[in-house]
Amino acid sequence: MKFEGTSSYIATEDLKVAVNAAITLERPIIVKGEPGTGKTMLAHEVAQSLGAEIITWHIKSTTKAQQGLYEYDAVTRLRDSQLGDEKVKDIKNYISKGKLWNAFESNKRPVLLIDEIDKADIEFPNDLLLELDKMEFFVYETGETIKAENRPIVIITSNNEKELPDAFLRRCFFHYIKFPDPETMEEIVNVHYPEIKKDLIQEAFKIFYDIREVPGIKKKPSTSELIDWLKLLMTDDVDAKILREKDPKKLIPPLHGALLKNEQDVHLFERLAFISRRENENLE
Amino acid sequence: MFINFFFDLKQASLPVSLKEYLMLMEAMNKRVVDSFNVNDFYYLSRSALVKDERYLDKFDRVFGHSFKGLENSEGETEKEIPEEWLKLMGQKYLTDEEKKMVESLGGWDKLMETLKQRLEEQKKRHQGGSKWIGTGGTSPFGAYGYNPEGIRIGQKESRNKKAVKVWDKREFSNLDGDVELGTRNIKVALRRLRKFAREGVESELDLDNTIKSTAHKGYIDVKMMPERRNKIKVLLFFDVGGSMDAHVKICEELFSAARTEFKHMEYFYYHNCLYDAVWKDNKRRYNENIKTWDLLHKYPSDYKVIFVGDAEMSPYEITYPGGSVEFWNEESGETWLTRLLNVYENAIWLNPIPERYWDRISSASIIKQIFSDRMFPLTIEGIDQAMRELNK
Repeated sequence: MKFEGTSSYIATEDLKVAVNAAITLERPIIVKGEPGTGKTMLAHEVAQSLGAEIITWHIKSTTKAQQGLYEYDAVTRLRDSQLGDEKVKDIKNYISKGKLWNAFESNKRPVLLIDEIDKADIEFPNDLLLELDKMEFFVYETGETIKAENRPIVIITSNNEKELPDAFLRRCFFHYIKFPDPETMEEIVNVHYPEIKKDLIQEAFKIFYDIREVPGIKKKPSTSELIDWLKLLMTDDVDAKILREKDPKKLIPPLHGALLKNEQDVHLFERLAFISRRENENLE
Repeated sequence: MFINFFFDLKQASLPVSLKEYLMLMEAMNKRVVDSFNVNDFYYLSRSALVKDERYLDKFDRVFGHSFKGLENSEGETEKEIPEEWLKLMGQKYLTDEEKKMVESLGGWDKLMETLKQRLEEQKKRHQGGSKWIGTGGTSPFGAYGYNPEGIRIGQKESRNKKAVKVWDKREFSNLDGDVELGTRNIKVALRRLRKFAREGVESELDLDNTIKSTAHKGYIDVKMMPERRNKIKVLLFFDVGGSMDAHVKICEELFSAARTEFKHMEYFYYHNCLYDAVWKDNKRRYNENIKTWDLLHKYPSDYKVIFVGDAEMSPYEITYPGGSVEFWNEESGETWLTRLLNVYENAIWLNPIPERYWDRISSASIIKQIFSDRMFPLTIEGIDQAMRELNK
């Protein structure tokens, strides 16, 4: 089993090594990175390229570790017992399986995505420590131990809102998806829009990376925003010439709403663009 | 075999553990990467040993140091500094007056020579990594009005990816904990204080748990839980004006991060040192100030106190009555600080000036002493440590 990237997802060399290490050693991998660099996509692509089933567990601030294992509905059982329901004799009827249980049961090695683990309570990762390490857990109500038949490939994403505990990190591989350089970015764009015009890409990239380097910008546009923007440019059939526009009245790139997501950034960019154009003119 | 590398990492105070080292060994054993070239090993060890992007830069440096000479030297090219281009850039950014200043300092050639030298030094230190010069202070160019971010040397020239070793590129450099702050990062650091905010007396009825437990046991079993309230209360004191002007941005960031993180937060401004009054609005500081005595009486001692300031002033401003540069203070700044520290047990000082300079600024040393060493640099790591200290 080896992950080599797919036709719709460009994986850099270091990402491949990290994912393959996690697959071979059967350990979880934690993926961090700027928003919009394809952290969640990765799990789907790994599953696709290995032909494995994907089980996603989206974490919210209220998610408890136990919910990933199983939940025991004691209240329904109590009510059923008073109504004399036959179901009540078997406690298994009141246990609903969680995502981890599903993943452990799978008869082919699945990919388990634990998405945005940092959204949960601080103790959440600690509560899953043993379960992810040993890939087994104990069901108190029935007294059975659930053990993974095939250790799932666990991919965990984090947005860095909370720090993860050291003990948890020690058991995982780690990868930080850095922002793609222009070469990689071009590959990514080509995967999404193979028919895009070369000169449009060139001009759009120039603007995109310029915006990212504007000092003091609040929200840097990311890969997914670039992809959206290019799509807009293509549907509107914007000519590459317009992107090269030097007219000071049209400083802001067309359809900038896809790239700059708050008003202050738009103002800032307007101001800087104005200054730089003026300097260019002075030089000429 | 790689044990020295492991110890090098430890030495550089990277948080690596034996478990992670064994994990790396296991991965090597199982042939995760089939071709044993040094790049793959770098990726593998990075993924196994580094668990936080803050440490990536440090890791790269240690790796470069430990495995020096192992890399394939083929295709290695020296980067050349496009001198003409630099001159052009310089002319573009300099006014006539500044150009004269440059002349008086030995002219363009001399300046360019110095710049070259600087670059060379940088190359040696960073092993061909940095594409930027003029990080403020180290480059002579800051003084002559160059935009420090304006000169970027040879971006096009260094595009040749193969020429630079992967780890020597140090692409993660600005993620190092000591380097850059952003509100988001500060929030993450400040969250240390929130972590323990939910503990306390079990004073609320836990409905879900009571129902669950009652159903389990068959009789009414009342469960209680602590109130879910952020108990942390913070008093923030900001130094404004004078030498603090250089640190406005970072203070703003800290302020906005703190404001969203702490529900109970009060902020005040002071100048250089704490005296008998502080204020909440810089425009009306002379009309609407708050007596420090009132403040000490108003806020109970379970408030945590954070001072932000560069502590850069004349020592007299701290130690002598009447030392203040702005008005006649009856009692010395030291008296006021000690008074405050006697009320609030948890207090720290955050200093935007890098830690290594503190010893050379006598006023900073004095304040550090008054705060019994609880002065921390205003960096992510510093805030992190400071929050731990406040939690004690």
